Amino acid sequence: MAVVRRIANLFSRSRVDREIDAELEAHIALRSEDNLAAGMTPAEARRDALVRFGNRTATRERVASADVALSVDSVWRDVRYAMRQLRRSPGFALTAVLTLAVAICANAVVFSVLNAMVLRPLNLPDSQRLYNVEQHWLLQSYPDYRDVRDHNRSFDGVTAYGFTQAGLNTGGEPTQVWVIESSGNYFDVMGVKPYLGRFFHSSDEHGPDSAPYTVLSYPYWKTRFQGDRNVAGRTVEINRHVFTILGVAPPQFHGVELFFWPDMWTPLVDQTMIEGSSTLETRDWHDLFVVARLKAGVTLTQAQADLNSIAGYLKKTYPRDDDGILFKFAQPGMAGDFLGPAIRAFMTGLMLLAGLILLAACANLGGLFSARAADRSREIALRVALGSTRRRVLRQLLTEAVLVSLAGGAVGLAGSIVLLRALSAWQPFSLYPIRVPVNPDARTYAVAVGLALLSGLLFGLAPVRQVFATAPWEVVKNSASAPVRRWLTVREALLVVQIAVCAVLMTGSLVAVRGLARSMHSNLGFDPQNTLVVNTDLNMAGYSAERAPAMQRRMLDAVAALPGVTANGLIDNLPLSMGTNETSVFGSEASDFRTSRAIARVYAYKASPGYFRAAGTALLAGRRFTWADDKDAVPVAVVNREFARKVFGSVEKAVGGHFRLDAKRRLEVVGVVENGKYSSLTEDQWAVFFQPLLQAPELGTSQVVRTDRDPRQVADSVDQTIRGLDSALPFTVQTWHQVLDAPLFAARMATISLGVLGLLGALLAATGIFGMASYSVSKRLKEMGIRMALGAGRRELLHTALGRAFRLLAVGSAAGLVLGLAATRVLAYIVYEASPRDPVVLAGAVLAMLLLGLAATWAPAQRALRIDPSVLMREE
Amino acid sequence: MARNDFQGSLDLLVLKTLAQRGKLHGYGIVLHIQRASDELLRVEEGSLYPALHRMEQSRWISSEWALTETNRKAKYYKLTAAGRKQLQEAEESFEQLVKGVRAMLKYA
Repeated sequence: MAVVRRIANLFSRSRVDREIDAELEAHIALRSEDNLAAGMTPAEARRDALVRFGNRTATRERVASADVALSVDSVWRDVRYAMRQLRRSPGFALTAVLTLAVAICANAVVFSVLNAMVLRPLNLPDSQRLYNVEQHWLLQSYPDYRDVRDHNRSFDGVTAYGFTQAGLNTGGEPTQVWVIESSGNYFDVMGVKPYLGRFFHSSDEHGPDSAPYTVLSYPYWKTRFQGDRNVAGRTVEINRHVFTILGVAPPQFHGVELFFWPDMWTPLVDQTMIEGSSTLETRDWHDLFVVARLKAGVTLTQAQADLNSIAGYLKKTYPRDDDGILFKFAQPGMAGDFLGPAIRAFMTGLMLLAGLILLAACANLGGLFSARAADRSREIALRVALGSTRRRVLRQLLTEAVLVSLAGGAVGLAGSIVLLRALSAWQPFSLYPIRVPVNPDARTYAVAVGLALLSGLLFGLAPVRQVFATAPWEVVKNSASAPVRRWLTVREALLVVQIAVCAVLMTGSLVAVRGLARSMHSNLGFDPQNTLVVNTDLNMAGYSAERAPAMQRRMLDAVAALPGVTANGLIDNLPLSMGTNETSVFGSEASDFRTSRAIARVYAYKASPGYFRAAGTALLAGRRFTWADDKDAVPVAVVNREFARKVFGSVEKAVGGHFRLDAKRRLEVVGVVENGKYSSLTEDQWAVFFQPLLQAPELGTSQVVRTDRDPRQVADSVDQTIRGLDSALPFTVQTWHQVLDAPLFAARMATISLGVLGLLGALLAATGIFGMASYSVSKRLKEMGIRMALGAGRRELLHTALGRAFRLLAVGSAAGLVLGLAATRVLAYIVYEASPRDPVVLAGAVLAMLLLGLAATWAPAQRALRIDPSVLMREE
Repeated sequence: MARNDFQGSLDLLVLKTLAQRGKLHGYGIVLHIQRASDELLRVEEGSLYPALHRMEQSRWISSEWALTETNRKAKYYKLTAAGRKQLQEAEESFEQLVKGVRAMLKYA
């Protein structure tokens, strides 16, 4: 078979070469024979035959390229040649490969994260039909959810769920677990099948606490139950109530939230057993995520109209709670519209920046390659003169470029896989089951290889013009052809773009770092220095609402007695941690308690005496809580300055004033404390009031413990004390700083990723400037030697050598700074107090670019100054 | 429009040679063209062999190794069916060209 032979030929190039050689040799031999017959001497005959035949090597090469099969083979030859060339200049090869590897790595990582968060649909059947249904804010109440579930005509199913922590007891020491409490139809709406046993369904629900069943997540089953296949049917205690394990969820299943990995699921109807109280009938208590599965063939617009009519019905039927209700859809995955859009925008921006990095790398490589082509102009000219076609030379150069790009791509991809694996395995917070699953998939690999090849071709083509302009006689005759001076060459334009990109990244990361530094020192309304936080939920140990206050008092007193503790107090939700309770407040004489009639939307907290002192929250007026503020005393509240301003007009007027939560609860303000941060660092100032824990009991609390020494020294004794009070009570002890890792997480991640990209950008810009400066110095060595011999000073020399590089640097930096300042406006939404109009940032960016330029041009400048004219002149 | 360039003419000459002489090696083709054209046409070896290999890739001719009269190994070429058809087309196109050029020259 001809095809087989041709492919076989590929691997036996020497055989084919020999065959061509033999054919040509036969030709020469035949002519020699004829010459002999015509009477020449053997030597003459051979010589004549050779002369008539002409350039045998060139002919052989052309014959070989006429053979299609052989052209593939010559690619292999090009590859081998290119490898030899690259090995001969390891500095160039290493720089090029590493430059590209860095850029490809950055792109693969960012793309993979973008892919995992934004591009890839949820890993659930028909996930494009799943949507979060939100109200004004993310969460809904159970009665509202029930009405949507029962009255819609657009969904196959609607499920509601919430996250909570519970104490799990399997016979040994109790542990805290993360539980998703869900409506019975949860798994059916998600569309998943159990890995083991069965799930619970709507048919299992028969009123409150009727379904004491739980489903384990696969990872939790693996670690806690050692993958016991007989686990279904076993009973465990959750918060001191007996639950039966029904089954295990499939390995990758963890609900719709991308980052949250729960340990188990329980039916929402068991809320009283899990949480100690139930909000299932409280229409104004919004604490549930709602996810709906759209019916096939129903559009989002139709579904929205359906929801609107349900909202209309609710408004009419429940004017007090559902006044002004509104339903909207959100993309599921990242807490709906709460985090989703911000993360998506940030990731898209990051991808853009990574793309710019790649562009910068390409510009660099283009510069490197054309400088190399220029340095090799003699070799190229020689090859052209010896009969090589320009196409052949070009192909050779391109082969080199593709080789470099593949090597760079491979190294970059390998690096990115390592990074992504680490990122996927990483659990940023010890307390929360948060994971960022960003394992690279086929798409990542395709993108990385594609980008590498694309950039390879891009920078490989940079020297094309140079090759075509090569006139062999000129180059061989002269040492180096003087390039035509242009106003701005392509290479220089690329360099300017690259510097600008670098400046953008630099400004961006500086703004982020500054913002982060400032947010660490901003006024939080509390002082996390030297404090411990003890999280307990008495409900996990089976305490009733009646027994809880006494136990809380015991916990406070026992810890207060420890050496090193200066103050301690309880609060139901620690500011800047997971939860906030948003509620409406009304005037003291109000009678209409519809949400739209509220005088303010505020956050409500419950705190024990001692909390403000322990938290370091300053009292501005009035008094703090005392143990006398119990359930028999007048209901009181402490408000923050914003609340006082908003509701009463001023701090002075607030003390002694009254406000209402509803018809029954009228509170008297006894004190005003300073403002703080409550749900996020970037929030607008919220109005907040605190109630005494004794007047508004709560089982789950955080105890803030202020110490006069390193709090970690006190942690052990706190640990033992709490354990000694009740060994069945699960709890955690952390420093407040550790707890704050969570709210600062987004800002930190943004800062780190921008910082890394900024560093990469700086690195690339530096190599770019360095390359260009050293190239221009080596091109003009002779000229500078002459100038030096004629008496030019150091300044003139440096100006000649580096003036252009610095002008480019200035132009690029200026453009980059302007763009960067514009771009960082976006950052302000993620990083607290990230303001681009910050003199420190501006000065920092300018200084950084200047240092960069100095560093990059240092070596070339030294070289220019060390020129010895006499040596230089003798050389030529 | 008739295709006319050096390559086209060389192809025509080679194909015609093989049609007239059957099996022939490269050197034989050079000699034949020279002789048959009364020493008017001379084929360059540097162009002949790439052309032969190209035509073989196009399957107009096929090749095999054989011994010459002087017992030397040489690569012999011969026409294929496709080559015969190609020759016919090339001849017609050349006739057209000659006619065209002649008409042009005679135009007064």
